[in-house]
Amino acid sequence: MASDPNPNDEQENGVRRRDFINIAAVSFAGVGAVAVVMPLVAQMNPSADVLALSTTEIDISAIQPGQAIKTSWRKQPVFVRNLTTAEIAEANRVPMSDLREPQSLADRTKPGKENWLITLGVCTHLGCVPLGAAEGENKGDYGGYFCPCHGSHYDTAARIRKGPAPTNLVVPPYAFTSDTVVTIG
Amino acid sequence: MVRPLGFLVGLGFITALVLAIFTTPLKNEPNVAYSFVKHPRHLKLASDGLMPHWDKAQLQRGMQVYKEVCSACHSLNLVAFRNIADLGYTEGQIKTFAKGFQVPSVNPDTGEVATRDGLPSDHFPAPYANDVAARAANNNAIPPDLSLITKAREGGKDYIYSLLTGYQNPPANLPTELKPGTGLHYNPYFPNLNLAMAKPLADNQVTYADGTKASVDQMSKDVTAFLVWTAEPKLVKRVQVGWAVFFFLLIFTVLAYLSYRNIWADKKH
Amino acid sequence: MSFPWAKPYEPKHPLMKWMDEKLPIPRLVYNATGPGYPVPRNLNYFWNFGVLAGAALMIQIITGIVLAMHYAANVGVAFNSVEHIMRDVNAGWFIRYAHMNGASMFFIVVYLHIFRGLYYGSYKAPREMVWLLGVVIFLLMMATAFMGYVLPWGQMSFWGAQVITGFFSAIPIVGEPVRQWLLGGFVPDNATLNRFFSLHYLLPFVILGVIILHIWALHIPGSNNPTGIEVKDEQDTVPFHPYYTAKDGFGLGVFLLVFVALTFFSPNMLGHADNYIPANSLSTPAHIVPEWYFLPFYAILKAFTFNFLWIDAKLWGVIAMFASIALLFFLPWLDSSPVKSSTYRPLYRIFFWVLVADVLLLGVCGAMPAEQPWVILSQLGAIYYFAHFLVILPIVSRIERPLPMPNSITEAVLAKHAADTSSAPAAA
Repeated sequence: MASDPNPNDEQENGVRRRDFINIAAVSFAGVGAVAVVMPLVAQMNPSADVLALSTTEIDISAIQPGQAIKTSWRKQPVFVRNLTTAEIAEANRVPMSDLREPQSLADRTKPGKENWLITLGVCTHLGCVPLGAAEGENKGDYGGYFCPCHGSHYDTAARIRKGPAPTNLVVPPYAFTSDTVVTIG
Repeated sequence: MVRPLGFLVGLGFITALVLAIFTTPLKNEPNVAYSFVKHPRHLKLASDGLMPHWDKAQLQRGMQVYKEVCSACHSLNLVAFRNIADLGYTEGQIKTFAKGFQVPSVNPDTGEVATRDGLPSDHFPAPYANDVAARAANNNAIPPDLSLITKAREGGKDYIYSLLTGYQNPPANLPTELKPGTGLHYNPYFPNLNLAMAKPLADNQVTYADGTKASVDQMSKDVTAFLVWTAEPKLVKRVQVGWAVFFFLLIFTVLAYLSYRNIWADKKH
Repeated sequence: MSFPWAKPYEPKHPLMKWMDEKLPIPRLVYNATGPGYPVPRNLNYFWNFGVLAGAALMIQIITGIVLAMHYAANVGVAFNSVEHIMRDVNAGWFIRYAHMNGASMFFIVVYLHIFRGLYYGSYKAPREMVWLLGVVIFLLMMATAFMGYVLPWGQMSFWGAQVITGFFSAIPIVGEPVRQWLLGGFVPDNATLNRFFSLHYLLPFVILGVIILHIWALHIPGSNNPTGIEVKDEQDTVPFHPYYTAKDGFGLGVFLLVFVALTFFSPNMLGHADNYIPANSLSTPAHIVPEWYFLPFYAILKAFTFNFLWIDAKLWGVIAMFASIALLFFLPWLDSSPVKSSTYRPLYRIFFWVLVADVLLLGVCGAMPAEQPWVILSQLGAIYYFAHFLVILPIVSRIERPLPMPNSITEAVLAKHAADTSSAPAAA
């Protein structure tokens, strides 16, 4: 370009080069501003110490069939329920077409451990803790859990059957470390 | 009005200061201890300077020294077991390492005070339950927490390294009032010359897994390197990010300068 | 605004026209920092520091709001919450170090801004109000910085709070009750920490408000310039945008380079090791020193060691320290010379540079222990400081004969370029 013999062209190129530098400087400032926003946004994510509390070990040896316990994982309530044979049978009897979120009890438990129903105790509607885990609480119309905030009913497999909640109670990732110990997370 | 009043006020301050000059002795109280205190010796570490990195083998050795020697009296409250992933340990190794510590807990059945095996999310347990216990066990001197020690002392890592290697017999010309009292130990790198901590390291006090010879000097270097890491685990990342930001800004500044010259090209100023 | 040739704001887009009728913020910006604000064409790099101070404040506010999302103002956890930010919060170390060194950068920039004002006489008529508001900003900054330094609740935080609130106990009779009222106790404690946090969060926004007044007051007479001669006609000025926005963009780049070097490569250089020790009300650090930006004033405080008249040394020190800042409020009237720029004031210029050296000396003395020769040096330094403003300046401004001055800014600019005759044809 610099060797272009036409002086008019050279002048035009000069003007363009000058504009280019201004645009480049402003673009760099823009990129820099966006780059600075990233850590300022990232800081609101869970911090390293919060993430480190991501596993919980539970001893389930004391839970009799028909009983449930409330424990916590990442500071959220977790229901661990030892289902009775009747409850298992009832859950398996329900046709998939009746379910808002079709999942069988087997989908929601570990193979060979179908009596152990482990779910988050967080209603999928707006996050209240449903009743039904403790002795004598209202288990709702389907014998599972009942959320008193807005009247969501869950069945014995903790699947949503009635009320405003859109999905079943969430099954957290977990594994049986031994027959009596479960690690959640 | 402002000027005459200001003049009077100024005269007042100046008089007070002139009188202060004439009443303050020009000679300092002699302080003999000063002449015995030594300047810390320089310790060069991989994490120094503008191109730092962690010497993981050294940090691992340093942690071994902390665990086997220092942790008997000094806590490391701000460091969690999960943090030692920075030192090159795998998740499994960290779990096993954490399990080797007993951390304060509560008996889930009775609610009584108890201990349990450590988890990666736990912090290094402190050797004493509280300051009173620490004081009682250490001749009335609380062993400081070591998490931030290399940032919390004038001289930083050099000071820590010099202190660990600086124990010696008091010089013959040391005035009696500066001689170490009962339970105190002479160390010219300590600002007061005599400190409560006895010489903590002796040759071959630990056995390094990597075969490094465990001399007092080597162990002092290693544990100091470890304590540099505990004081600022983000040090290396900080400098690395710094260079990226610096070069980006350098290009921006050059462009901004050219842009400024362009815009002003037809204006004399 | 008061320049008849200032480019008027003429919105072209219908949306901007609509906006201009309803809420004319674009017009305000256009006239304040856009093409509608004519600025002397001869400003040098010292005129960058005003904009940079604004940038520094914005950096402090943004990083500060973010830190407050993680910090806990309680003596039991404050220290650990800061370490939590440094170790566990995502990018927390960066944000905290940026805030910590941002305070130093803010003071560096503001001190250079004040230096500019003193050297080029920017405090003089018609800009007295700009100067007065500037001193108010400076005082608010000092209060904010002091309270911010208390928040990590380290040893220097605690003992700094103890010593500085101790100033108030020098006041006769009501001193001790006032100090207890400030602290909410007998020593700095939880009540102190909570109120300092609250005020530390509030004051930056007050500063922001006073800055807006500062800029407003500046726009009435317009900017001063290195000759100190007022703008006479259009050819003395250029529009703020793009001329000074471009120059400030470059200045911002240099400022950020220094800031980044400090934050990433040596973040603790300007701090104190003792503040990494948790606060302990039973043990004072061997050597209490305030942050570097307070050192000259701290040296003045320490210089008074003699009970004179019915006032004891402690009260003298406190009064003198506050007076050393308060006298800046009277500066526009202490200096009666009509000539602004030191370029044309041969005598004032000498004393001005002595003052600069004196303030630097006081800064060094402030950092030193109360031993000779530092005590006598700080005493001599304090004598000159007060003598300069209260005695020398009023006299110099009367007896001085200023150097011949050009008739206009343009004339000064052309004279500067006269030697360079081979350059491009003179621009308007």
